Amino acid sequence: MDGRAAGEGAHASVAAVFREEHGLLLAALVRRFGDLDLAEEVTAEAIEAALAHWPVHGVPPNPGGWLMTTARRRAVDRLRRDQAYAARLAVLQVEADRAGPVPAVEPGRDLPDERLQLFFTCAHPALAAEDRGALTLRCLAGLTTAEVARAYLVPTATMAKRITRAKRKISGARIPFRVPGPDELPERLPGVLQVLYSIFTEGYAASAGPSLQRLDLAEEAIRLVRILHRLLPGEREVDGLLALVLLVHARRAARTGPGGEPVLLDEQDRTRWDHPMIDEGRAVLTAALTGGPPGPYAVEAAIAALHDEAPDVAGTDWAQIVALYDVLLGLVPSPVVALNRAAAVAMRDGPAAGLALLDELAGDPLLREYHPYPMARADLLARLGRRRDAAEAFRAALALAGTEPERAFLRRRLAAVENDL
Amino acid sequence: MKYLLLIQANAAGEDGVSADCTVEDWTAFDKEVTEAGVKVSGESLADLVTATTVRVDRDGRRTVTDGPFAEGRELLGGFLVVDVPDLDAALDWAARCPGARDGAVVVRPVADFGG
Repeated sequence: MDGRAAGEGAHASVAAVFREEHGLLLAALVRRFGDLDLAEEVTAEAIEAALAHWPVHGVPPNPGGWLMTTARRRAVDRLRRDQAYAARLAVLQVEADRAGPVPAVEPGRDLPDERLQLFFTCAHPALAAEDRGALTLRCLAGLTTAEVARAYLVPTATMAKRITRAKRKISGARIPFRVPGPDELPERLPGVLQVLYSIFTEGYAASAGPSLQRLDLAEEAIRLVRILHRLLPGEREVDGLLALVLLVHARRAARTGPGGEPVLLDEQDRTRWDHPMIDEGRAVLTAALTGGPPGPYAVEAAIAALHDEAPDVAGTDWAQIVALYDVLLGLVPSPVVALNRAAAVAMRDGPAAGLALLDELAGDPLLREYHPYPMARADLLARLGRRRDAAEAFRAALALAGTEPERAFLRRRLAAVENDL
Repeated sequence: MKYLLLIQANAAGEDGVSADCTVEDWTAFDKEVTEAGVKVSGESLADLVTATTVRVDRDGRRTVTDGPFAEGRELLGGFLVVDVPDLDAALDWAARCPGARDGAVVVRPVADFGG
């Protein structure tokens, strides 16, 4: 190996370590200094120092510890230069110490794991909903601002402003870095899960842009759910969410065709599903469904598992899926759930039964701009031979679909029913 | 850290007093914040029909008008300043305030100029 290759190899391993350790390092520094800005600044500086030193001197035996020591030194330097800032942080630190959360330690790591409190801060309900996911990706997944901007399809400058605004709210309104107590957890945990699930769904079914799936974003979300799952063992809705994202993500390779176009469940090549991931999802699902009534993520995961276990669409247990949607509607009375239930009823009882249920949802304001609604109607209308109505519904879906592959798919479906007119 | 709680009670009745909370609720709440040692100050406001607005233009001329009057269902019925460690604590007090029930409480951190 020549010197340049060795340098590049070390650079790659530094990047990998950074990816893994970034959230741990940042969270530990937030815990130490009680200030997100300072923690981010010195985390970045420590990484830069590592990029400069490690390729020359080799990766130290304790990379996390090395980064933490370096970051803490930089922080102390910074606080020496800025006495007013230091005085303000000192006050914060006294209060943080009084609150005294117990840090968890992740086995095999050389940094204490303080990330749980950062999950709750980033998903705090006092932050704008659209900023919570961005902040979570920035602080916990360790994405750069430019990467977060790409994830949300906005210019980097716009994302930088949003992240700055969110951080100003955290420090200005003093949103605490702490894990909610057991009594508050039922109220606060769904907010964290919602943030992670919305990152996943944006990756799984992009709302806009050139491609239908954005697998890197979905994988980032799964990585974050896995971290939360480790940090909150025995929280059944965290189990439920992990099971759900695994059982859905397992179908990724079959969900798009060679041209990036969507492939619906009935046409997917099921041999291309990720069966080890399905097995893992089913194992986690068992935990989510054990020990009491299931939460909404566990129920959704159970529905995903029934699809994953079926040999084909005809051999799918639609009766059981409808029953699970009934349970889900009881937990989450949303028109989107009702729409999915109607589609399952159509599979169990025929398209006319499904269409009747869909028509009951007409006019719901939450479905007005939701293209899966006219798409589901169009599909059932086509199956009933009502081609003119189907064409109209496909046109309505086409006007609302956000990604080009979906629009191309809908144009083809529309052309097919129009040809038959 | 100090937070201002702007209590925007639901104006159910003519008198601007919400039907959902009683004078006893307010007395109990005031006792709680006082005994917890977090209350800096706080007042209930008189009926909105008694409100008057004064504006001063760039030339220093002042204009006095009647009102404002409620535009929505919720109107500012009182305020409370609490001194608590963080936003979560302020939100807890806001949620326990009788005016929050079927109404809203806006929580604003008080600016700290390092004094």
